[in-house]
This record gives sequence, structure tokens and C-alpha cells, in this order.
Amino acid sequence: MSASASASSWRGPLRLIGHRVLLALITLLLVSAVIFTISGLLPGDAAQEVLGQSATPEQIAALRKEMGLDQPGPVRYYQWLRGISMGDPGQSMVTNTPVSEIISVRLPNTLILAALSTLVSVPFAFLIGIASAIARGKKLDRSLNVLTLSMVALPEFLVATVAVLILSVKLQWLPSITLIPQEASFADYVRGYAMPVMVLAVGVIAQLGRMIRAAIIAELDRPYVEMARLKGVSQTRLVFHHILPNAIGPIVNAMALSLSYLFGGAIIVETIFSYPGLAGLMVNAVTSRDMPLLQACAMIFCAVYLLLVLVADVFAILANPRLRNA
Amino acid sequence: MKDTTQHVEVRDLSVTVRREDGTPLRIVEDVSFDIAPRETLALIGESGSGKTTIALALMGYARGSAEITGQIRVGQATLDGAGGNALKAQRGHRISYVAQSAAAAFNPSRRVIDQVIEPALIHGIEPEEAARKRAVSLFRSLALPNPETIGQRYPHELSGGQLQRLMAAMALITQPELVIFDEPTTALDVTTQVEVLQAFRRVVREQGATGVYVSHDLAVVAQMADRVLVLKRGKVREQNAVDVILQSPADDYTRMLMSAAMPVVMAAPVLPDAPVPLLEVEGIHAGYGPIDKEGRPAHPVLSDVGFSIGRGAALGVIGESGSGKSTVARVVAGLLAPARGSVKLDGVPLAPTLSGRSREELRRVQIVFQSADVALNPGRSVGDILGRVLRFYRGTRGEEARRRVAELLDLIKLPASIASRRCDELSGGQKQRVNLARALAAEPDIILCDEVTSALDTVVRGAILDLLAELRRDLGVAYLFISHDIETVKALCDDIVVLYKGTRVESGVRDSYNVPPVHPYTDLLISSVPELRSDWLSDESERAAAPFAHLRERPDLCRFLPRCPVAIAGTCEVSAPPVRQLSSGNAVLCHHTEETLRRTQSEKILG
Amino acid sequence: MKIAALFTTIRNLPLSGKIGLAFVVFWLLAAAFGPMLAPHPPGAFVSEEVFADASSRLWLGSDFLGRDVLSRLLMGARFTVGLSAVAVTLAVGIGTGLALTAAVGPHWVDELLSRAMDTLISIPSKIFALVLIAAFGSSELLLIVILAVIYVPGNFRIARSLAVGLARLDYVEVARARGEGRLYIALSEMLPNMIRPLAADIGLRFVFIVLLLSGLSFLGLGLAPPDADLGSLVRENTSGLAEGALAIFVRATAIATLTVSVNLLIDALTQGKVR
Repeated sequence: MSASASASSWRGPLRLIGHRVLLALITLLLVSAVIFTISGLLPGDAAQEVLGQSATPEQIAALRKEMGLDQPGPVRYYQWLRGISMGDPGQSMVTNTPVSEIISVRLPNTLILAALSTLVSVPFAFLIGIASAIARGKKLDRSLNVLTLSMVALPEFLVATVAVLILSVKLQWLPSITLIPQEASFADYVRGYAMPVMVLAVGVIAQLGRMIRAAIIAELDRPYVEMARLKGVSQTRLVFHHILPNAIGPIVNAMALSLSYLFGGAIIVETIFSYPGLAGLMVNAVTSRDMPLLQACAMIFCAVYLLLVLVADVFAILANPRLRNA
Repeated sequence: MKDTTQHVEVRDLSVTVRREDGTPLRIVEDVSFDIAPRETLALIGESGSGKTTIALALMGYARGSAEITGQIRVGQATLDGAGGNALKAQRGHRISYVAQSAAAAFNPSRRVIDQVIEPALIHGIEPEEAARKRAVSLFRSLALPNPETIGQRYPHELSGGQLQRLMAAMALITQPELVIFDEPTTALDVTTQVEVLQAFRRVVREQGATGVYVSHDLAVVAQMADRVLVLKRGKVREQNAVDVILQSPADDYTRMLMSAAMPVVMAAPVLPDAPVPLLEVEGIHAGYGPIDKEGRPAHPVLSDVGFSIGRGAALGVIGESGSGKSTVARVVAGLLAPARGSVKLDGVPLAPTLSGRSREELRRVQIVFQSADVALNPGRSVGDILGRVLRFYRGTRGEEARRRVAELLDLIKLPASIASRRCDELSGGQKQRVNLARALAAEPDIILCDEVTSALDTVVRGAILDLLAELRRDLGVAYLFISHDIETVKALCDDIVVLYKGTRVESGVRDSYNVPPVHPYTDLLISSVPELRSDWLSDESERAAAPFAHLRERPDLCRFLPRCPVAIAGTCEVSAPPVRQLSSGNAVLCHHTEETLRRTQSEKILG
Repeated sequence: MKIAALFTTIRNLPLSGKIGLAFVVFWLLAAAFGPMLAPHPPGAFVSEEVFADASSRLWLGSDFLGRDVLSRLLMGARFTVGLSAVAVTLAVGIGTGLALTAAVGPHWVDELLSRAMDTLISIPSKIFALVLIAAFGSSELLLIVILAVIYVPGNFRIARSLAVGLARLDYVEVARARGEGRLYIALSEMLPNMIRPLAADIGLRFVFIVLLLSGLSFLGLGLAPPDADLGSLVRENTSGLAEGALAIFVRATAIATLTVSVNLLIDALTQGKVR
């Protein structure tokens, strides 16, 4: 194939991917507008709230001016958006320190927890998904189905409290609080992270496993699978050579959704185990009504979600010859 | 039961499935037959006859939870009721399979060549290099274009006819002893079907394989098989040599299939002379997507299509997939606004869209769609559906409406009691009748029939055609009858329009299509329809190649140019063809004169 | 005849479905009539002992203030089931209504609605809930509205794809060609055929809402005392965790039986239909 031909064969997918990137950016912009409108414009006067009932109108007016609250909504939105896109989402209203500082301490913790949970969950999810898809309708599939159905519907705080009760209170194997000291040994790490990771993994394994099963089963009924069987293709070859290449799009998409859950959905787990992550930080921001901090956290979670979905999308485009050669 | 003179022996084969409530249902019952080496046996029957189930059982395969009982021997391998299934190991090696829709049976995300040689690799027949070579030589004997490189493509980049031949290559790559063809040409256009059938027959003979050919089409079977097994509801009705079946069928059901396969031309009623035609369609350009400055849609479908239909007349529109024939009906019905052109009813122009038409105008033009399964709302009763139309157009309610519903059901020859049944409880033929009744309920002047008989089994199709002819005679309703099947159109319609890629290549009265000259595409269409005799395909010698096959289709030239075997160099690839009036009364869109057309066309169209 | 068909359906359910059905019925009854049957007023201090074990007087023991666990559980069940049911009804009503509008309306309406819903769906549900609660607080009414708003886009997406699929079917085309109005097509031709496939979505969305509501309450962001749903009941008793108190597990398990059984029931009901 000549160079020009291969260049033109890339133009199609590149344009498609460019389109998706643009779409994600637009969505992020709209999301930021929604979040700012809800948390910045609609609620009452933030200056009033900071100063309390006893403040004089002059004090409030001065603070309003200082906080920029006297400007019209669109201007405030623009300034906020410019700040946040430059990495400066403003000052925390509670601690009076820059939000970026608070977040930069917490963000790595959240990333570590999400990464560890992913490492634990994904292999199990694939195992469950593939096993039950192959055994569709058989006893194994039915039992796994009931198991995963129950796992998805369990509230995290139930799983967490049961885990704490058994593993910390009764057996005293693991600490009930995840505090990782500066110079922790590897064993400390494992002991500290074991329970939060386990609790998060319960939901993710079940959810992702079910979606992987569904993606494979959607392919199982297609004529090319029967054709492959009639060619004498073995079950393993059928799954790995024939079905997975076609199911990979939906599976990667499911993984993106699960990852975004691990990233932003760990609210309850972080609270129960007093883990210093971003989600717990956001809960504190809600209770203390620290809007700049809340907005920044929300934007990070939404951006990560959109990024993950975008990556999955691009992967699906590249994996599908129909789209790749469009 | 080891009779070594037979390649395949089947004794008392039954296949049982479980119904939803768990009770067993035998879909194949006590079927026995033999196939001699190198012989091809056809399994023929309508939907539900069990023909595919039997074919799959020969590979020891049953769909879903179906259970196979009885004895099957193919070569040395057997399957018996005791649970032994040696046939399974033969799949894709000594027994291979060509599926109905190659477009769906190829894995969309793998290159075709990898799929074609896969059976040879997984059964360890030869190394990859040799298998690739063999594949290319098979591609060549199957008359595939660019045999060296075609395998590098993905399924979505290939046409249906090409994929079907590639699938045959996949089946033959292991040099199997038995090849099973499961309706391999049903999804193809009739002009493509001939080429594929020829290619299949040649390679199967070259390889000396035994064949099983599954089909619902007697005429196709006549070309492919030595012997025929006629099936109905899982039971054998008759088996015999193909010529015996065709010339002196012993079973009533076989005779019914034969007569339904040759629709009788129905006499046209005497039509009143009217100065203005009922429906007049002129210069329609239509398509999908945004319309540009010159009034051309982004994806044009129809260009300059026109025709007229008199009161009580029937006009057939024929074309293969992609000809835009359904778009014609959608434009007339107002479901799709044309980019240009006009539709007149009794000389009065109709608005291009539904919202611009009066209720009375809408009432007078009714549309009936192909697939009865999705044409009726499954959750509603027959009476409900018909009653809604009565109330909507005429305000008829209550006892009066009930009486009209009963009348309508009588008209379409269904019992009045069916009014209370839900649509999803009806059979395919019943649904299509109700579908017609819904249009009749509006008491229309014209019914647009979009492939209304295509999804039906042969016998049911015949009955619906009879009904259509009768309704026309009794009620004086006109038809715009759209179909891909020229025989069906000829049976029902007085006038016929031939569409090719959105252009009207020929129009005229029915009888003019029986004798040359006709448009070269019409000629191809008519000569591609298999006839009910076993030597038809051999007569149909290799087609003359199209001299401009390398050209792309262009909107400013004859659309048929890339496929036309009689294209005139220096003319056809230079300018657009004129509309030519033939002495038979037909108008053709062609550069050829009547004389040269007649000379290029043989006398074989006399049927 | 309808009742007979209902019994056949129940008899044909797999075991998991029957268990699911039993618990779902139990919780519906508990939410409807529970508070009437409660042995003690939910706020009354009935025991000297906190975190008491089960006894003949206090069937499920006492909580961290010495109140009757059973009575408070019945009250919490009513809040959890009631709030979630109202929220899911709102979410599905709005989501499906907008989806039908998008499917039968002009193209730009569909574009606008789809864009808006795509934006909202990009905000993870828990994050969205936190932002909304921070802005508006969490009274009973606000919680319902917040939960409904969060789950509208998901329902819209599913209902829209169903409706758009139906809109392409021939019987809808025939109705359009007949000259039927958009409202008739949406309500008479499309909606009845969407209910069955949407039923599963409604059930799943109910589970999500119960989980989110109790999660929020567990974090102290849900219902404010003295009202309490099952999540806040777990929260207020976390001090009993170390003692393995009955109070905390009864409540946490109560939520689990509710959500798990709804899931099992839907799964059992849809499996027969889909095949």
C-alpha cells in the first residue's frame, strides 16, 4: 500500500475522532455551565452566609465586592471558567486557602484507590462475564446471575459495615480506618487498602461482569457465531478470535463507566474508612457549603468521566473496521 | 445400516424443541433419505417445513435446545440416538456449510481471507501459505473480481453476491465431501442470483462433492439438484428425481407449490375512459439529506421519475434493491417530500408533505407495507385497527362501525370473529389481509402496495395476489404495485415501469414486455428469472461481459452503463441516453435504436 | 382470566424471582401499613438500655437512644419506599414524556433534548446529587425533585431509543400517512408498546434511587431528623458497630433485601419475555 493510500485510510477515523473530541469539549463546557448555575448563581447570597446573620449591610456589600458577587452572572461564570481552566478554581470559603492546594493533596489518594480497585476488579469481572456468557442458561450462569444481581443492589455502607465488623471488630485483622503513614511498609499498605478496595470491588466486579456478559451474549446470537461453530471452531477460539473483537467496543465502554464510578463514586467508602480522597473532600464541601471547593471537585469528576468515555469511544472506533475505514 | 453405495444415509430423523411452557414440539418428524456420492439433493419447503433444521442435523448441529433423534450417517461418521455424535468433528472439514445471508455470516471485524482459510487451519489440513493459495484459486474459479486481493477486504466492503461466493470458497477450502447450501441466493437480487448459481454449480462439480441444497424456490432447485425432497411441517411429502417432480408431481402439496410458483396472468377489468388520469406523477426527484442549491438532495434516490395511473388501473413498479421503488410509494403517500416534481390526484396537485394534504386527499390514497409483522400494531385488536380508520375518515362509530368491520373482514375472506383477536396472534397471511383491509377501510381510490407479497410463502402469496385482483374487479380500486419480482408484477398489473438506480429505464403495457425489443436492463431482469425446467441454467450461457464495467456510475450518463453488455463505445460513456418510443408502445431510456435492440436480444423472452 | 394469567406468571418464575416477589410485596405492605402496626411510636424512648438485644417486648431490640428498632424501621421503610417511588414516577414520567416528544416532534426538538440530556448524563449521579443538595438543601420535597432530576436523563435515553425505533416501524408510518396527529401517534401507537420494555428500566431506576437516597442519608445529607429513612437509621447507629448491635444490621439488611429483591424480580420477569 502506498503512503498516500495509507494517509487517506487514516483520514476517516481521524476526522471521526476529532469530532468526538470536539463533542466531549462542548459537553464539558455545557456541564460547567450547569454546575456553575446550580451552585454559583441559584443559591442565596454567599457573602451573607459567610458573615452570618449579625453582619451589617456594609460588611456584606464589601465582601460581595471582594468576592466579585456584585457582577452579573455571565461575567462571574466567565471568570470562574477562566480560573478553573488555568488550574485556579479560587479560594476555599472555609479554610481561606487556594482550592488547588487542597485538591492537589487529595487527588493522588483518590487516584491510588481507583487504580488499586481497578487492578483487583477487572480480572474478576472478565472471568465472571466470560464464564457466564459461555455457560449461558446453564446452572453456572444462573448462579452467577443471581450473585451479581445481588452484589449490584447491595448498598456500599452495608458491605462496608459488615466488612468492618468481621475483619476489624471480630477478627481484628485489618484496621477500620485507612490511614497510610509516610513511611509505611508494604504490608501496612496492603492492610490499609484491603478493605476499601474490597468494598469498591464488590460493586464494580458485579456491574462490569454483567456488562461484559451482556456484550458477549449480544454477539452470541449473531449468525457469524453459528457459522464459526459450523466451521468447527472450538469454544475458546470462538470467544477470543471471533466474539471478543466484536464485543470489545461495548466492553471498553463498560470499563470506562466502571472506572468513573471508582473515581467519583467512592464517596461512601472514603467516608466510612476516613480515607483522605477527593470524594470525601466533596462531601465536606457540601456540609460546609464551600462552593468553590465543591465546584472544583465536581468539575474534576465530570472531566474524568468525559475523558474515560472519550477514550473508550476512540478505542471502539479503532477496533471497528467499519468505522476505522469510514 | 451401512450401505456403502450411499454417501449420506438418514433414517427416522426427528428434531424436537421445547415450547415456552416446556412441552415438546417435533419440528422434524421421521425423515429418511439417502444421497449418493456426487449427487445433489434439494430440500424444498416453505417456512416452518424444517428444511434448514434437517440440513443442520447433517452436521450434528441443532439450534438452541433442540434435540436430534434417529440415525444419520455421512461417510464414515455417524450420529445416533444413543448420544454418539461423530458428525461434530466433521464440521467445517468433511462437511461444510454455506449460510443464507453471507453478509451476516461473516465476522464483521476480521478480514475475509482469514475467515476463508480458517477451516483449513483449525482442522490442520494444510499450512497457511498453501491455504491462501488455494483460496485465491477458488476465488478465481468462483469468478470473483481481483482474486489476489479481494480477501484483504472486510465484509462490509463487499457486495452481497461477492460475499456469497466468498462463503462458498470458505466452504470448499477443506475440499469437503459434503457441502450444504442453505438458501444461499435468497437474499440476492435476481440478476446476481444467476451468476452465483452458475459459480456454485461449477465449483461443486469441479471438486466432486456431494451437495445438499436448501431452498423454497422450485425453479432455483431445478437448476441445482439431481433429486428433490419436498417437505411440509417437518414431514416428507415426496422425494424423487428432479425431472420427475417437475413433470409429474405425485403429491398434492408439490402440485400446489408448482402452480403457485407460476402466477397466472389475471385479466384486467374493462376500465372507463377518463380524460384525466387518477394519479399523475411527473418529474420526481427525491432523496434523503439536506437539499442543495440546485434542488438535489445529499443522497439522491429518484431522478426524473414519472407515470400515470387511470381509475381502477394497476401499475407495476419493478426494480432490484437500491432502485428506489419504495421511495416512489413514500413520495406519493406524502411521507417523503420530493425535491422536485409533482403528484396530482384527479388533476389536482397534492401537497408534497402530509401536513399540507386534506384529510379527504389522504383518505383517497392509502399505503400498504411489505412486512405484515411490523405493519400492524401488535398490541391492538383487528377491530380496533380497522375501527380507527373508519372513525378517523368517516366518523363511523358504534354499531355502524362494527358492521363495517365485519364487511371488511368478509371482503378479505376472514371470519368476523377475528375482529377481537390481537394482531400478534395472527398468521403471516392473515396479517397481510388485515393490512389490506385497513387500507380498504378508508375506501380509497388507489392503494400503494409496497412489496406486499414479498415476505410471504409461495402458496400464501398466490392467495393474496388473487385477492388483490378480485378487490380491484369488485371495488374499482387502482393499485401502484411495487415489487422486485417481475412474474408477480406481470400477473397483476396492466402497465409496468422498470426502475434502475432511481431512473425509469422502461415503461409500457404488460404484453410489450413479452417480446423483444426491451431495454437491455429489462432484458437482463427477465432472462435472470429461473424457469421451472432443469436445463434452464445451462442454456443461460455465460453472460457477455459489460464493456464499461470499470467505469463508475454517473448521474449524467445511463445508470446501467457499468453493467450493460451492449453499451455502445463512444456514445454511452459520453452522453445521456434519450427516451425512445418503441413501436410496441414502450418507452425506453437507451441509446440503442429499436432495430439494434431487437438484434441484440434473443428470442428466449417469449415466456 | 387476567388473574389466572398472573398466577401462571408467578408459578413460572424461577426461585430467585419468587423470593424477590415475596420481599417486594412485603416491603410494599410494610411501607403502606407498617407505621399503623408499629408497636411503639417511632420517637419514643422505650428502653433503659441502648442497643438492647431482641426480646419479647422489643422484637428487634433498641437503638442508640433506647428507641424501638422495629417501629423506627417501619417508619424508615415508609420514607425510603415512598420517596423513591414518587421520585422514580416523576423521573420516568418526565423522561419518557420528553422522549416521546423527541421522537414525534420536529428534528430540532430531538436535537435540543438529546444534547441537553447528554450533558446532564455526563455528571455522575452522586456528584450531581451533592451539587444539588449543596445548593438547595435536602427537605423531603427537594430530595424527591433532586432524585427525579438526576434520573431523568437515563430514562430519557432508553425511552428515546425505544421510541425512535418504534417511529420507524411501518404501523407508525401508516398512521402518519393516514394523517394522524403527533399526540395520537405518541400516546396510542407508541407508548403502549414501550411500557413493557420500560418496566425493567423503571425497576432498576427505583433500585438506584433507593441506593442513592440511603447513601445520602447515610452521609447525613439526606432527610433531616426527626424524619429518618433506612439510610439515616444506619447512620445514627454507627456507634453500635463495634458492639455488633442488631440495630445497625437490621436496617442495613432491610435496604439490601429491598434492592436485591427488586433486582431479582425484574430479572426473572424479563428473562422469560426476552427469549
